[in-house]
Amino acid sequence: MTDIAENGTEAVRGVAVTLNGRVIDAQPGELVINAAERAGVYIPRFCHHPRMQPVGMCRMCIVEIDTGRGPALLPSCMIPVAEGMVVETESPVTRKAQDGVLEFLLVNHPLDCPVCDKGGECPLQDQTVAFGPGESRFVEEKRHHEKPIAISDVVQLDRERCILCDRCTRFAKTVAGDPLISFVNRGNETEVNTFPDHPFASYFSGNTVQICPVGALTATPYRFKARPWDLDQVESTCTSCSVGCRVAVESSSNQLVRYLGVDVDAVNWGWLCDKGRFDFEAVNSENRLARPLARQGDDLVEVSWSDALTKAASALGGAKERHGSSSIAVVGGARLTNEEAYAWSKLARSVLGTDSVDAQMGDGLPSDVVLGLPRATIDETCAAGTVVLLGPDLKEELPILYLRLRDAVVNHGLNVIEISASQTSMTRYAAVSLRYRPGEAAVLVQELFEHAGDVDVQADLGRARALLEANNVVCVLGRPSVAERADSVVQAALRLRSRVPGMRFLSALRRANIHGALDMGLSPGMLPGRVSLEEGREVFTEAWGQLPGSVGLDTAGVLRAAAEGRIQALILVGADPLADFPDRDLARRGVAGAGFVLAVDCFATDSVRQADVVLPAVSYAEKAGTTTNIEGRVSRLHQKVTAPGTTRPDWMIACDLAERLGGDLGFETAEAIWDEIERLAPAHSGLTAQRLASSEGLEGIVAAGPSSILETTMDVTATATLPVDGYSLRLVSTRKLYDNGTLVQQSPSLAPLAPGEVVRANPADLDRLGVASNDRVRVASSRGAVVAPVEADAAVARGTVLLAFNQSGSGAADLIDVSLPVTEVRVETVGIGDREVSG
Amino acid sequence: MAVTDAPKLITARFDQEDAHTLAGYESSGGYTALRKALGSAPDAVLAEVKAANIQGRGGAGFPAGTKWGFLPPDVSPRYLVVNGDESEPGTYKDRLLLERDPHQLIEGVLIASYAIAANQAFIYIRGEMPFAHERVAAALNEAYAAGYIGRDIMGSGWSLDVVLHWGAGAYIVGEETALIESLEGNRGMPRLKPPFFPAVKGLYMQPTIVNNVETLSNVPWIVNNGGAAFAALGTDESAGTRIFALSGHVRRPGVYEVEMGKTTFRDLIEAPVYGGGIRNGRGLKAFIPGGASAPWFYEEHLDLPLSKATVDKAGSMLGSGAVVVMDETTCPVRAALRVVRFFAHESCGKCTPCREGTNWLEKIMHRIEEGTGRADDLDLLLDVSDNLSPGIAWPPRQTTICPLGPSAVSPVASSIRRFRDDYVAHIDQGRCTHD
Repeated sequence: MTDIAENGTEAVRGVAVTLNGRVIDAQPGELVINAAERAGVYIPRFCHHPRMQPVGMCRMCIVEIDTGRGPALLPSCMIPVAEGMVVETESPVTRKAQDGVLEFLLVNHPLDCPVCDKGGECPLQDQTVAFGPGESRFVEEKRHHEKPIAISDVVQLDRERCILCDRCTRFAKTVAGDPLISFVNRGNETEVNTFPDHPFASYFSGNTVQICPVGALTATPYRFKARPWDLDQVESTCTSCSVGCRVAVESSSNQLVRYLGVDVDAVNWGWLCDKGRFDFEAVNSENRLARPLARQGDDLVEVSWSDALTKAASALGGAKERHGSSSIAVVGGARLTNEEAYAWSKLARSVLGTDSVDAQMGDGLPSDVVLGLPRATIDETCAAGTVVLLGPDLKEELPILYLRLRDAVVNHGLNVIEISASQTSMTRYAAVSLRYRPGEAAVLVQELFEHAGDVDVQADLGRARALLEANNVVCVLGRPSVAERADSVVQAALRLRSRVPGMRFLSALRRANIHGALDMGLSPGMLPGRVSLEEGREVFTEAWGQLPGSVGLDTAGVLRAAAEGRIQALILVGADPLADFPDRDLARRGVAGAGFVLAVDCFATDSVRQADVVLPAVSYAEKAGTTTNIEGRVSRLHQKVTAPGTTRPDWMIACDLAERLGGDLGFETAEAIWDEIERLAPAHSGLTAQRLASSEGLEGIVAAGPSSILETTMDVTATATLPVDGYSLRLVSTRKLYDNGTLVQQSPSLAPLAPGEVVRANPADLDRLGVASNDRVRVASSRGAVVAPVEADAAVARGTVLLAFNQSGSGAADLIDVSLPVTEVRVETVGIGDREVSG
Repeated sequence: MAVTDAPKLITARFDQEDAHTLAGYESSGGYTALRKALGSAPDAVLAEVKAANIQGRGGAGFPAGTKWGFLPPDVSPRYLVVNGDESEPGTYKDRLLLERDPHQLIEGVLIASYAIAANQAFIYIRGEMPFAHERVAAALNEAYAAGYIGRDIMGSGWSLDVVLHWGAGAYIVGEETALIESLEGNRGMPRLKPPFFPAVKGLYMQPTIVNNVETLSNVPWIVNNGGAAFAALGTDESAGTRIFALSGHVRRPGVYEVEMGKTTFRDLIEAPVYGGGIRNGRGLKAFIPGGASAPWFYEEHLDLPLSKATVDKAGSMLGSGAVVVMDETTCPVRAALRVVRFFAHESCGKCTPCREGTNWLEKIMHRIEEGTGRADDLDLLLDVSDNLSPGIAWPPRQTTICPLGPSAVSPVASSIRRFRDDYVAHIDQGRCTHD
């Protein structure tokens, strides 16, 4: 049936359903429970969840539905509306049945609400109080189980409270793809449990706690920490990685106690990864830097802000005066809000006079590539004709993007072509998964289009080629491994783009607000708003007073220059090159070689301990502002708790330093900085604070940027196969979700989850080398050597060896020389006595 | 009414020692129906089965030919699934058909698959029936070797593969959607119908026909003798013969193939060729006419004919064909408790009312039988029953996906309505009055 809408076009009319005697207009295919809710009638439910397929198990939502064959009690969560359907949600029969279900749910429920974490925000409790019987007719012994049992390192299960709604088990199986919890036993003895010796070790386990409609699943970091009525909440954006999940930040007594995922269509659908959910513990950590420190001989001692700033300003001013602005460098900034990144960008360019600023730690991609390629959002990527993955293991680095892509593949038939050096978590979901030799991604792409390559991969290449014919191809582009240089990956991406018309890109750089930092110009040769130094020179010179004359150095360049004594003042803004830069030898020489090191950070990292002056910064949830995700989506951050000690926001520290150096950034508030960004940064024009604060801004607003800055001079046609050394394997080094990074290590619940250092290699290679699985091996490159246990793993391609980056005692950074295109290593078994050997 | 002289259609070979072998089956006319069916068009075979008007023998009694006709045309693959998960208490007819005449079933499977244009069939056999499994497996191997199953069967150009699947021990898998879940490797839990009517979206979400062992065992006879000959047996509304499994307090418990509609419960229980009367000459207290799920019948129902319509009309069902007789010494509370305990034990746990309600009913019944019942327990039993099966009507309404939960209500409601005095005596005297 059609109606003529007001604008004269034909609009499809909905389905007419009689709900409690009133005709409502439902959408075709809509479930009765949802249609009723839109019409203002809430039908109680437990198992139904808007982001999962209905199962109709709990029976709470049964209502009388008449489809022409007489009224029957049917689960409204499973029945789609039909024309002429009559639904009674308040009839005596419906009421009696629903009351009965509620009573059934309660007969074996322990009713321990006073000591249950869920009490006060419990759907079962709420329903019971609203509709349930006043007293129990059940006089028998209730069902008993040992409780609670730990089903993972962070999740506890109380089977007595469980109402078997299948939400957690459904989530694990259908959303996370980690079917590690399941119903076991039958009937009244049914329980949720793990399989023997297989804990619920899912990166997404915390979501089950959030969606549990009772207190059966609780999270170790939150258990018994607060009662819901004591909680204070603000909505914010997670910055544990760069996906930009919306999150509700909750505190009690000015301490963070819990994060909950907020459901926004564009990004996370309500889900969070466990790292994002539980790393609030790091904010609460007692190890936070609370007061400024300054070097006295070998020690860092507490000093006043005034003394610290004076000392820092005099060193910076002295360096500029005696050695020129190019002797000053700023490294880091991905931890900052957009406003803070802008303030530091302005400080560096206009006050310090240097363009040697870089928020990337040598483990990303050139900023003109990240900012300049045509972009796709997450939604657009999931709806693409074909998606090419050329980057890291998404489950490890951008977990919620993994969930979204997995959903697109499993439920909507998205075709994925994976181009990677070893198998990843996405391999099983890929239509075609192609392996390239580290350093030779571009070679593989060339073979793809030129019908070259080995016979045994011709079929795969052919299928990939066919899939690339699709309309609307999107490439998820990141850094697959830090043990190979970015060049070959960039070349591969550009070559793909040159052969696939209209190809768009979604960045897979992982670090917090790295995209915001790059947008704000924390990259050599870039200015805020995705314009190059030259492009923006006129506008920004007028606004800022002065700009550096020429393009500065990136992080690798800064460290190299510092090692050679050419950097007099190195500022580390939330940067820990000793842990994060791929080439530890260079990082060590660079930090040691800088004349003066100023660190602005939340924790005393290895690099911070090398500094001459340390300024303590406020952390996540302690400051307001905006952040930018992989899509370029700008969303708001909110302050929930007060920062420890005398810590200050990074933008304020930038202003303080400017003032001490005789400059003036001109900011009194973070809001004022955003106003300037909106006014000056081309990509952010029109993205006003008002819009971000409006309902439109709830899920963030994508900053649409110009793409004219991509000025790569790279020859996309040349192909260099690297000479193969028959005795060596090529190193692949990628990140795991849980690593030796500060957020994880300062969160007691997460720190033990880091897997530690393990060398992985293909069983065939180990056979050839005469190395047995679980042997301790020495892995040596031209740079150094590490000793670690080895595991045979068929997921690792032949000819390569996998060593996770930044694990406890990790040596991957000891092996990598960033001046070489790839890292060739030799692997040999070590005896007990050789254990001391190391680079 | 009396014992009729209708032929034995499906139990004819029960006394033939070697009927389970291919040679034995072929020697008594086996696989002639298949040859005949393959010589005609699938639609003609379907028409013959429709003409026979055979009702499903699993419990619900839905006409098989009509069911086959529900398959959407031109959707493939499509599957035939044989429901051999016979688990209804008191029912043991399919087990004997599987053990004693497996080729008859296989021939029925072949003809049915041909009629519905399936190339893949599954025989699901209850886990507790290893001998049946063994016999069917051996028969399948023989049939494959003889070319009755496999590629291009008897030169017809039509192929069929048959998979034998052994159940894992759940009563509920006798329900067709739970059987499909189990066959797919999932927990045996029913799916909601709609939207998942198996004929449209069944096994692996493809069109699927699920038929009972006895239903398909009739198909060779129907093809050999014509649908009209089958329909001529019994009555218009309940055609053919049917196997009844008689148990309880009768002299001669056993399985008996009787003509539908022309034989009464009294015939079945009392005729010398059937039950031979109640043990020790005692009187009748009650009998279950069609499996544990069925509401109980009493003396006044004995002369009802064994026909679906009349039994339905009288407020119960012929169900799986299991007739369980209780003599006058039976404690109705204990008998009802036994049946309720069965359903509580077999609840799959999916729907809240069944998972919690059957267990609760069992606990209350147990208390009463053990002598610790309370005066208001009868009202409580009926109200809990009402929350499982609103109105406690027949056919039952349900708050659950499948009828298992409401089935537990049948013995409770039946026994309380008829034998309230026995319940009250249990509660008043604080003990079982039949001990």
